[in-house]
Amino acid sequence: MESYPQLTLFDLNQETLRDLNLQLHNLTDEDAKNSWKITNPKGKHAIACGLKVPVSVEIDGHAGYYCAGMNQLAEVTINGNVGVGVAENMMTGLVRVKGNASQSAGATGRGGLLVIEGDASARCGISMKGIDIVVHGSIGHMSAFMGQAGRLVVNGDAGEALGDSLYEAHIYVRGKVRSLGADCIEKPMRDGHINDLETLIEASRLDAKASDFRRYGSARKLYNFNIDNASQY
Amino acid sequence: MCGIVGLFLKNETLESELGRLFSPMLIAMTDRGPDSAGIAVYGDEVETDSVKMTLQSKDDSFDWNHLADQLKAHFTANVAFSTNANYAVFKIKAKEAVVRHYIQSHFSMLVIRSAGQSIEILKEVGTPTEFVQRYNISEFKGTHIIGHTRMATESAVTTSGSHPFSTGMDLCLVHNGSFSNHNRLRQKLKREGIEIQTENDSEVAAGYLNWKMREGSTLSEALNGVLKDLDGFYTLAIGTRNGFAVLRDPIACKPAILAETDNYVAMASEYRSLADLPGIDDAKLWEPEPGEVYIWEN
Repeated sequence: MESYPQLTLFDLNQETLRDLNLQLHNLTDEDAKNSWKITNPKGKHAIACGLKVPVSVEIDGHAGYYCAGMNQLAEVTINGNVGVGVAENMMTGLVRVKGNASQSAGATGRGGLLVIEGDASARCGISMKGIDIVVHGSIGHMSAFMGQAGRLVVNGDAGEALGDSLYEAHIYVRGKVRSLGADCIEKPMRDGHINDLETLIEASRLDAKASDFRRYGSARKLYNFNIDNASQY
Repeated sequence: MCGIVGLFLKNETLESELGRLFSPMLIAMTDRGPDSAGIAVYGDEVETDSVKMTLQSKDDSFDWNHLADQLKAHFTANVAFSTNANYAVFKIKAKEAVVRHYIQSHFSMLVIRSAGQSIEILKEVGTPTEFVQRYNISEFKGTHIIGHTRMATESAVTTSGSHPFSTGMDLCLVHNGSFSNHNRLRQKLKREGIEIQTENDSEVAAGYLNWKMREGSTLSEALNGVLKDLDGFYTLAIGTRNGFAVLRDPIACKPAILAETDNYVAMASEYRSLADLPGIDDAKLWEPEPGEVYIWEN
């Protein structure tokens, strides 16, 4: 007999956060396509962290720190704001924030897509290692600091020191950049970049044209050995 | 780590519920500061020719009637007081400086926690829940209140090391973070005649504001001075007679979130503290910008 996707309701006013995360961690591949709806998050930390199966989780309200951290395969939607470190160290999957995100959104993320429909504050995508982050609003200072891989797309403005000490993460900003960080420079948009950006714009449901964005990347002077210095040894 | 909370009422009809609305906000920050808690509450003002002082004794058995009799006799002035466990709030028709001098000379076992026309500071070692219960904070009335839950990092877990710190008449400061140049600044402030009681870094920030405003700075100017002269990580909340101010360090190392409705402005280290306030779902919510001074006053 064919089984139908199930919806599980979980009220954090009635049951504990630990119970919620335990139940989510105990899901198996057989639970794939099932969905969960979590109510009354009230800013609690580490909601829906460490998910490993492709379930869909919807959080109704504002979540606290590290929401959907370390996510693998799951699709987590937050109908509200999130605290520090949403989707930190995400591996795969999709995390969508309908409101604003606090600092260090998507920090150290290795893969997957993080969409923030509002603004993100400082250090968005700090040390990103392959994650794609699309912010429909603006981002704060020191974003993509030491970003190693992945793409950060910002439809609004970026704060001070964007892409400081950048490795190979790609940054696209449509609005103003208050200042670029050390070793971060504007680079030309090539066809490949336009294609990448169009894919991300579509996946994140952003209403924007890829050609309106500017691209920023590493000048590769800080982290690469400069052969001209070889004679000094 | 520490927790900061503040609640400033825009709607006078809520003043009788200030403590009830505020107590869960403070308790929600227990994770950030379980070792001590404190508040500064504003309201029930005395006339401009009088002073209101919050006094703390070591235990609940202090004879406050005796102190009142002595003050009445010495100043031949009206004295009223109310007690709350080991604290008492005195209202005396006299100048602040002479009352302070008298109490410090004749009742040196007491600590003056605050002075002004409106402010009352209470603080104690223990969890926020113990604090709220011991002093019956839920029953407090007033126009605005700020609070602190402490997790001590550098200095001792003592009542004097806990927050809020009085920074002059009707002024106080709570701090989440740490300052790195407090030692040198403490020496400078002491040379300027600012009284500093502990080795606590936050008390130096309080002393700094006290000094700047004594020298004629406005609150806004003094807080902009903090950005220049104090090095470290901080979110500060400052209580004033008519309102409160918030300042985050320029690189935003420490968190803060603000909520505003037609009825109140609320501030906290984390949203968890605000989650049960009435009307929060429709409130304007935002994080204060780093290095920017925010002031709300009636």
